[in-house]
Amino acid sequence: MSIFEYNGSAVVAMVGKNCFAIASDRRLGVQLQTVATDFQRVFKIHGKLYIGLSGLASDAQTLYQRLVFKHKLYQLREERDMKPETFASLVSSMLYEKRFGPYFCQPIIAGLGQDDEPFICTMDCIGAKELAKDFVVSGTASESLYGACESMYKPNMEPEELFETISQALLSSVDRDCLSGWGGYVLIVTATEVQERVLKGRMD
Amino acid sequence: MAGSMELPTKGGFSFDLCRRNAMLEKTGHKMPGFRKTGTTIVGLVFTDGVVLGADTRATEGPIVADKNCEKIHFMAPNIYCCGAGTAADTEAVTDMVSSQLQLHRYATSRESRVVTALTLLKTHLFNYQGHVSAALVLGGVDVTGPHLHTVYPHGSTDTLPFATMGSGSLAAMSVFELKYREGLTREEGIALVAEAIRAGIFNDLGSGSNVDVCVITKGNTEYLRNHELPNPRTFVSSKGYSFNKGHTEVLSTKITQLKLKPEVADGDAMEE
Repeated sequence: MSIFEYNGSAVVAMVGKNCFAIASDRRLGVQLQTVATDFQRVFKIHGKLYIGLSGLASDAQTLYQRLVFKHKLYQLREERDMKPETFASLVSSMLYEKRFGPYFCQPIIAGLGQDDEPFICTMDCIGAKELAKDFVVSGTASESLYGACESMYKPNMEPEELFETISQALLSSVDRDCLSGWGGYVLIVTATEVQERVLKGRMD
Repeated sequence: MAGSMELPTKGGFSFDLCRRNAMLEKTGHKMPGFRKTGTTIVGLVFTDGVVLGADTRATEGPIVADKNCEKIHFMAPNIYCCGAGTAADTEAVTDMVSSQLQLHRYATSRESRVVTALTLLKTHLFNYQGHVSAALVLGGVDVTGPHLHTVYPHGSTDTLPFATMGSGSLAAMSVFELKYREGLTREEGIALVAEAIRAGIFNDLGSGSNVDVCVITKGNTEYLRNHELPNPRTFVSSKGYSFNKGHTEVLSTKITQLKLKPEVADGDAMEE
């Protein structure tokens, strides 16, 4: 078994019209045993920038703590929030630093940049960036998420429709993955507001 | 670890998770694979410059991770570099050398030479004894004319009139061996590179999607991103799926209004 499958996870992000959505499942398991059903994998960096960390849960939390620390230092030094592109480079270089002993995390970064232009990006566990214009996926359910997003995604969706699409893509994908699921957590971010929703999903 | 928290890192690799990861591996957890660019990358020299080419598929095992990635990396305004192998390594090594070249240009006020880039790349790769798995095709035009080199992960290099690398290198090389000659024109060069990349796209499973081309001549560089699109999407419905509002069962909702940043009425914007 791969170390990525130890806790189980599913994270996805999609771009809409002047908005984006990032979603994850809520399960924390130890192999096939479920330990928690309210686990957070999507974290806030600032109001318009979020990171989802799939993979080994302990590394996800460590990485999140280090990122918050670095972002706070940046805010003190620069007196502004980090741009998503800058943040992606920061995450990438932090992961590549551990090229020969990596964190077992695949991050997804989603944010609104200058002029509230949506930005999404994913990486492998050693920081190979992949910028996308439509959607990005990661976690143990990534294969089914690729399929679901590839067929359900449409460009220029409004926030309400984007929410339905990302939720349906997530829920249908985690139902085909034993290691993830147990509800969902979805964030819809526009220039003016953040909508945070907890989804009902199968509990088996 | 504690040190890296208090001080800014000096650069270079950190090995502090290696012992833990080795322990995990010993307890039976497989180590993960990295994103590869199972790739076709090529380059050739024509009468007054160099043409580089690449496909645009990135893979993770048998999964296509990215259908339209960029494999031709910027090194200097007159030098570009195609990368094959582990995606993070090709990206990191080209970025690192590119910034070293920029600093060297600031110090010397001269255009970068291709051999400078080549030496920086090969010393780095040789130092890591092949563990940084980047296979590169480096091309550019400098004061001494057009140059094309290949760099292997262990740090050895070749200087060639035409070169291929990656998993599709055999397919691409068959096209070059058949059709390359000295004194190609610019248009013939681009067409031959595109044909070699297409050979990789269609005959190698690790390569796919589109053809990227980069043409470098004396004083001019042209990056033809998605020069050819031989594999367009055919399976998408024109209407797509649509879901009704309120279709998904929601347990709880929290809406936070974002504070709008106050606009500064006058005064210059700060330089970034």
